[in-house]
Amino acid sequence: MTSTLGYGAVLGALFCAAFGALVGLGTGASRREWGLPWARRAAVGFFAFMVLANAIMVYALLTHDFSVHYVAQVGSRATPTVYTVVSLWSALEGSILFWGVILGTYLLAFALSQKKEHARYLPFALGTMLAVGVFFAFLIAGPANPFGRVSPAPPDGPGPNPLLQNHILMVIHPPMLYLGYVGMTIPFGIAVAALLRGELGEAWTTTLRRWTLIPWTFLSVGIILGSWWAYAVLGWGGYWAWDPVENASFLPWLTATAFIHSTMVHERRKVLKLWTISLVLGTFLLTILGTFMTRSGVFNSVHSFTQSDIGPTFLAFIGILLVFCITLLATRGQLLSPEGAIRSPLSRETAILVNNLLFVGITFTVLLGTLFPLITEAVRGVRVSVGEPYFNKMAVPGGVAVLFLMGVGPMLPWGSANPRVVREQLLIPAAAAALTIGLCVAFGLRGVMPLLTFGLAAFVTAITLRELLLPAKVRILEHKEGPWTALVRSASKSRRRFGGYVVHLGVVFIFVAIAASSSFVTHTSATLGLGKSIKIGDYSLKFVGLKEGAEPHRRWKAANVEMTTEGGGAQLLAPRMNFFERSTDPIGTPAVRSTPTGDLYVSLLAFGEDGGSATFNLWIFPMVGWIWWSMPILVLGALIAAWPSRRPSAVLSLSSRGAGPVSKVNRGAA
Amino acid sequence: MKTSTRNRLIALGAVLVAGGALSFIALGNLGKNLVYYWTPSEMLAKGDRAYGATIRLGGMVQRGSLRWDPEHTRLSFRVAEGTQPDAPSVLVSSTEVPPQMFREGIGVVVEGTYDRSGVFTSHRLMVNHSNEYRPPKPGDKQHEDWKKTVSEAENPTARKP
Repeated sequence: MTSTLGYGAVLGALFCAAFGALVGLGTGASRREWGLPWARRAAVGFFAFMVLANAIMVYALLTHDFSVHYVAQVGSRATPTVYTVVSLWSALEGSILFWGVILGTYLLAFALSQKKEHARYLPFALGTMLAVGVFFAFLIAGPANPFGRVSPAPPDGPGPNPLLQNHILMVIHPPMLYLGYVGMTIPFGIAVAALLRGELGEAWTTTLRRWTLIPWTFLSVGIILGSWWAYAVLGWGGYWAWDPVENASFLPWLTATAFIHSTMVHERRKVLKLWTISLVLGTFLLTILGTFMTRSGVFNSVHSFTQSDIGPTFLAFIGILLVFCITLLATRGQLLSPEGAIRSPLSRETAILVNNLLFVGITFTVLLGTLFPLITEAVRGVRVSVGEPYFNKMAVPGGVAVLFLMGVGPMLPWGSANPRVVREQLLIPAAAAALTIGLCVAFGLRGVMPLLTFGLAAFVTAITLRELLLPAKVRILEHKEGPWTALVRSASKSRRRFGGYVVHLGVVFIFVAIAASSSFVTHTSATLGLGKSIKIGDYSLKFVGLKEGAEPHRRWKAANVEMTTEGGGAQLLAPRMNFFERSTDPIGTPAVRSTPTGDLYVSLLAFGEDGGSATFNLWIFPMVGWIWWSMPILVLGALIAAWPSRRPSAVLSLSSRGAGPVSKVNRGAA
Repeated sequence: MKTSTRNRLIALGAVLVAGGALSFIALGNLGKNLVYYWTPSEMLAKGDRAYGATIRLGGMVQRGSLRWDPEHTRLSFRVAEGTQPDAPSVLVSSTEVPPQMFREGIGVVVEGTYDRSGVFTSHRLMVNHSNEYRPPKPGDKQHEDWKKTVSEAENPTARKP
């Protein structure tokens, strides 16, 4: 019964999507007006059916209805309720179903928020987005159907993958990542509509930008949460390993970030139109490629194709998308011809152009390293993988160059800069950089890349803070406003710019944390007898015995470790090993003592059955926590930048045309 | 030729040169950082070409071959092609502490290098962390488990969904 209802809802969603796609694209092409309300209704219907299908699946999971195929696969009576709900996205079929409801939500939000002014683009945009909906609804209805019936129904199931019910981060990380991934469908639809119409007006560009910024924010948070999960659960003492699954999320983030920058040049100078649109199409293609890489099992082995039915469907979809995008760009691209030009090499637009080339270059090298093993196995039958050093060697210099541009770009004005002014403005940031490097050397830190990163971080911070605070300072001096009022008012005058710089500050934190934690890491491993201790860095660790415990879905063994610092602080750490009923392998939970200056990371590797000894992997990661703590800053900045404007933009651009110092300060205001 | 056309050609040329240089560097770097995925017999068959390359060697820990010196945290064992006593095998030496479930007869993947003395020096040891979490049934073929290890260990951290 549940199976039939759920499957019916999926078919309903498929019908709505197919109907809306045909009507939207058809009436868009024939320029008839009756199609738009119907495409809107189809989007609402798609959303409603997807919500229904997901609700039915959650209901089946909660009631342990093992006659439903997916529940029999991931459900278990012993699993705690929260992880039972989370099982919705803990395996292939359910995660695609969940994908569907997120796409539905985005479509609903987009369809309802767009007003009449965009009526000429909207049928194309909604039609394209619903066509993507057709693909995912087809996947759920066919190759990845979670509603298959199991007869006779088993009395109990195995429960979700232990790795996925071992940490609370697993509850929020996947939805964040999906919100980022799926959301890129919306800018894709907007960009395709612009190409099909052969025009890209200012208002439509604003729509495109805002609807990219939303999934970009979710994607950023999702990536950071994912690395945090790897750090807190996998216990190998790292957060990023250039694993294909990680790269899959990073690649669209790179191109989306490039887009967010290039669109500014496009809006200001009316150039890079086609480039900007291509970045949007590329971002969407990379999200689909990423889904394929993570979902089809292709990365365990190319031969997993025979076991997973979704691989060929996905490949076909990627092929169609590629042909579609290239044809579209080739035949319609010339309609988006540039109306301006970049005049000076010493200008913000040039800095952004170089930034874009860097981002695309990094995307290319990471993509090459990720796909290379697939290509060699498919072509030559040789099984290889690409080692981490490749990615580090390629991405680290690129990343440092991006960091440098994060300082140079905001410092340069649009148009063309006066070299003398630039030299003057360079003075304080360069001094800050030199001072930072000098201090690091004085404290005994060595290494070209980390010190360069720290120096550039100081450089960027100095410039960013100046750009953030200068408008407020002018207001304080000229309007006699209080500091807080001045800051809020100057920020709300040019929210996009202000928000963008806040995001930049968050990114600087991440850069510093990555450089510090990877360059100055301390690592050791040791087997300790009862009562024996070991020193690592400023910490002394003493093994004082094992303890055991049980929870409904798992048993665990923990090693009690007394940690004392040189300053006299003491704390009991208990790295654990968890044993799940249905799993043959234990899964660790490392103990992490986190401080702003660094983490002590203790992972239990093995223990003597008699409790007389235990083996630990120990790390000290300087400043690593700042990677995750930067998230609120990133989100705050993105919120400031993306918040809908109350005033029409015409008023804004008038106010930025003021005279004297205000106009200088407001350069770059959106 | 108009100035704008000329500028565009220059830009196009610059991008092509930059792209070419990037591809050249990337492919060169890629070649230096490949990790080969071999079984003991495959690795032994490579002869000289196996020395010095970064290798992931997949097989079973041969019964009776495990030596563990906790004082110096030195671990040595033989990785064999299968469970037969006469299967081709390679001596592996590691300074890494073995994880809890490491034991003889288990599927294992070691990453490291092979040298002319015939010892495989490993800096990374991965045991069979199967993603299949059904209770083991009596009569489960170990070879199946080993094959699974081999395919999964190609990317050991890829256990995110």
